[in-house]
Amino acid sequence: MITDVIDHLAGITPGSPLDRLRDRRPDAREHAQRAFDALFSPDEEGEVTLVERDAVAAFVAGLHQDHAAAGFYTGRLADLAPGLVPAVSAEVAAGRVKGPYGVYPDGPLAAESEVGPRYRVHDPEALGERLTAAFEHAHLLVFRPREASGDDLDALAEHGWGPTGVVTLSQLVAFLSFQTRVVAGLRLLGQKGTATS
Amino acid sequence: MTGFTQDRLGWTPWLPPLAEEELTEEHHEALVDRARAASPYFLLLARDPAVLHARTKTDNDIFHNADGGLPRAERELAATATSRRNGCVFCASVHARFASHHSKRPEDVQRLLDQGVGAPQDARWQAVVDAAAALASTPSDLGPEHIDALRDAGLDDLAVSDVIHAAAFFNWANRLMLSLGEPVEEATR
Repeated sequence: MITDVIDHLAGITPGSPLDRLRDRRPDAREHAQRAFDALFSPDEEGEVTLVERDAVAAFVAGLHQDHAAAGFYTGRLADLAPGLVPAVSAEVAAGRVKGPYGVYPDGPLAAESEVGPRYRVHDPEALGERLTAAFEHAHLLVFRPREASGDDLDALAEHGWGPTGVVTLSQLVAFLSFQTRVVAGLRLLGQKGTATS
Repeated sequence: MTGFTQDRLGWTPWLPPLAEEELTEEHHEALVDRARAASPYFLLLARDPAVLHARTKTDNDIFHNADGGLPRAERELAATATSRRNGCVFCASVHARFASHHSKRPEDVQRLLDQGVGAPQDARWQAVVDAAAALASTPSDLGPEHIDALRDAGLDDLAVSDVIHAAAFFNWANRLMLSLGEPVEEATR
């Protein structure tokens, strides 16, 4: 039973220097896990099904190219909806790029614009309408968040995403952007050998 | 749209926030600080109260826990550098003001906003900004050399962990702020 996903993914064991380090920020540690629980084991599914949550997570973790996180979230999807795993894996392989990039609106930042791929799902039939829209929005959030606009939310709405569902979906993608980075950073700190602090 | 600034900006949502009269006790608990019931951003996130609550408690501990580690000014610097790299003008404006206030170095903060994460800083700030910028990449570009540079600048492991958490957290915050609404020139109430 995994009680703390960040510990699990970063390989942090009880009593280790990183374990003690995390205990110095006990609320951050507890609530990073509670955010995971609220997103992936909510009291009620609400507007986003559990399958949709795990599918988007497997896609987003795959885009971050963190082996442990990608394996973890793909494993969750395989438990719940094994038929979706090949389609999600294919979208991950097609969607991997390097971010952040994106075009700024007209104005003082336009000179800093970096044009890059605007991902479209390769096999919409395999994912279905709602997940296709969710994956395209997730890719936008992961790689070119500066380019997000009200039109992107309209596109989600056209494919069945109400405002509360959009908030949950956005939180899920944004949370994973945080979680994978904490894991990457702590793992690196552990590999460098933590001094006792 | 404005460029990066330390001026106060407003933020307007693209989706309808909850109305104050719709808020239940669960929503108020999720907002953590009741004053946030005046913010369209938090009222929008309150549509998923359990996630908002966890988000805010995580945020508060990463930035406000004063038990050792990285000084507040440099936690805010990491937040500002991340926001600058990701392109979140609103987030950068708020946390640049905090970084300036706590460090008393508004010119150095302004250089980060004006020139970006490549702007020259002293060795310690450079190490924090470089680590935050590397961690903002997807996939992450944070490497052992960044940890070494932070340690060489005098950071202990708790402080290095604080840099990682502050920068990682703004990869969460920036994506919400950038994709659910936009900054506006005048503060909106």
